[in-house]
Amino acid sequence: MLRSSREAALWSIGILVVLLYALIPVLWILSLSLKPADQLGDRRFVPQEFSFENYETIFNTETFTRALVNSVGIAGLATLISILLAAMAAYALARLDFAGKALILSGALAVAMFPPISIVGSLFNIWREVGLYDTWPGLIIPYMTFTLPLAIYTLSAFFREIPWELEQAAQVDGATPFQAFRKVIVPLAAPGVFTSAILVFIFAWNDFIFANTLTSTDEARTVPAALAFFTGGSQFEQPIGAISAASIVVTIPIIVMVLIFQRRIVAGLTAGAVKG
Amino acid sequence: MADIVLDHVTKRYPDGYEAVKEMDLQVADGEFIILVGPSGCGKSTALRMIAGLEDITDGELRIGGDVVNDRAPKDRDIAMVFQNYALYPHMTVRENMGFALKLAKAPKEEIDRKVLEAARILDLEQHLDRKPANLSGGQRQRVAMGRAIVRDPKAFLMDEPLSNLDAKLRVQMRTEVSRIQSRLGTTTVYVTHDQTEAMTLGDRVAVMRTGRLQQVGRPSELYNDPVNLFVAGFIGSPAMNFLPATVEGDTIHLPIGDVPVAEEHRRGLQSGGARSVIAGLRPESFEDAALVGDQRERGIAFQAKIDVVESMGSELYAYFAVETEGVASQELEELAQDAGTAEVPGAESGQVVARLDAASQVSEGAEAELWFDAAKLHLFDAESGRSLRAA
Ligand SMILES: Nc1ncnc2c1ncn2[C@@H]1O[C@H](COP(=O)(O)OP(=O)(O)OP(=O)(O)O)[C@@H](O)[C@H]1O
Ligand SMILES: [Mg+2]
Repeated sequence: MLRSSREAALWSIGILVVLLYALIPVLWILSLSLKPADQLGDRRFVPQEFSFENYETIFNTETFTRALVNSVGIAGLATLISILLAAMAAYALARLDFAGKALILSGALAVAMFPPISIVGSLFNIWREVGLYDTWPGLIIPYMTFTLPLAIYTLSAFFREIPWELEQAAQVDGATPFQAFRKVIVPLAAPGVFTSAILVFIFAWNDFIFANTLTSTDEARTVPAALAFFTGGSQFEQPIGAISAASIVVTIPIIVMVLIFQRRIVAGLTAGAVKG
Repeated sequence: MADIVLDHVTKRYPDGYEAVKEMDLQVADGEFIILVGPSGCGKSTALRMIAGLEDITDGELRIGGDVVNDRAPKDRDIAMVFQNYALYPHMTVRENMGFALKLAKAPKEEIDRKVLEAARILDLEQHLDRKPANLSGGQRQRVAMGRAIVRDPKAFLMDEPLSNLDAKLRVQMRTEVSRIQSRLGTTTVYVTHDQTEAMTLGDRVAVMRTGRLQQVGRPSELYNDPVNLFVAGFIGSPAMNFLPATVEGDTIHLPIGDVPVAEEHRRGLQSGGARSVIAGLRPESFEDAALVGDQRERGIAFQAKIDVVESMGSELYAYFAVETEGVASQELEELAQDAGTAEVPGAESGQVVARLDAASQVSEGAEAELWFDAAKLHLFDAESGRSLRAA
């Protein structure tokens, strides 16, 4: 691809700039999280001495550990339900011909057009009335609602690409319809499902607006919201170190997820099924 | 192994379109039958009904004597090679070929042995652990074939399995298919729209047109004795030339000259008086008059102004126009529409193709004397398109 060394150099510089731009804030937070409390204000990029005291602090703080459990549970459940529903909807949209198909797709997109901030106020009132305020379902439902359109869209685009003739090939090979689905279609659909799942999970995991507005206690507060309630060791101490450590901790699951599934999201897995 | 019988089989799609109409076909045990016809005539539909992938609207399908109309594909014990391979992309070549056996819960050693044997036949041994995406078109084609032959099914169904290969590979695979089929002796229905495949591969050929079976017979039968204009125009390459002609008494007036009515046509033409017919002249029944020698008496010689000459090395194709009186046949027009005008020379324009010996001296733009072998003349009824040769 690289035709000349000059082109290669330009590319490298470009990539470096983008990387620095994106990574410096993260590295800065990492650095902060590793500094002992008395050196937080030393204005050094590389800490003078490394200490894990901030990490110890947050894992000993119930606000954080409870929030971590809530985050994992709520984001995980929201992802599971959302993908399950989206997969069924997308399957129908990709495979069946029925009236109003286009309407459903654009309707789904329309849902995604409302900015969360515009409904969160009324949601607050409704949730208090119906008793969903400060509960897991209270967050899972809006996360599902806001991620379903995207999930339906990406999944139906993905399902359309699956060579469905393979299902018939499997049946002629002696498979029952269910075997054909499980042994041939599911493995092919998996990369698309994982891609959508990661997107949904990231949305739910990172959300702050709903989490902050619709919770009030450790019952359902997720990490992004909990960070705002951190206090220092004493009234006069800034909790910056602890917040930084918590930020790093919540970033790790996302990175791990992407790394794990990256290999499954390989494009072109379906290449070679049919002629072309 | 088993025979396949289609008894008045009809397929009507949910939108009301009849893709296959009252199809009657008997495929004997071990026979290799070819289903040909222009695009959209219902070949794939017919094949998919035999496979069980498409419901049969009407009629009866029997495989090995059992009525299988309502049996699921997996219970029909047939193997199919799809028009576009349909290989499982997430499985290696080995897994692709062994999938059917694995589903049938065959022991592992048996699967390995059969896959290896099929791979040897198809020359795929060194590719067994690769994924379909990393194979060439020809290799994928062979894997698709391999998936069918590892089993010992009652029948093979193949839907244009070679349509996707380049010319050289196609010739190579064609002999391969023919060899495999005669080696295994499995009943085979093979769909194609390729002339050469149709004529060379099978024991018998079935010609279809817009959902209707036109004629079933050995390749030579279809070539020498087509039952109607469609089969005549479809079989043979380049296609038969069609010219309007009139019959008066014992003479047929062709635009290129007069020939006497042959014995075989006499019965079909029994009505007295003048009558317009359509004459079918195969390109290979023409010759350069200078090269005919003592056969000249058998045919008619005529002058023609050659428009185009295509040299194939071993032979020449000369294109020329003849004066026609515009006796249009509705059947012929439909045919031209069906097949695309290019495939039915002479249909409207009076354009004729002649295949001449390579030694011929004809040249573009010049007058030449050509000769037509009158014994090879085909005659068709102008109204119905049916052959006038007495059966
Ligand atoms: N699901 C369907 N619903 C309605 N009509 C259909 C359906 N599938 C096929 N047809 C029609 O049935 C006819 C026959 O289709 P078929 O696929 O059997 O053609 P074919 O002979 O295999 O053509 P080709 O050589 O192009 O593969 C076509 O006119 C097609 O439009
Ligand atoms: Mg077809």
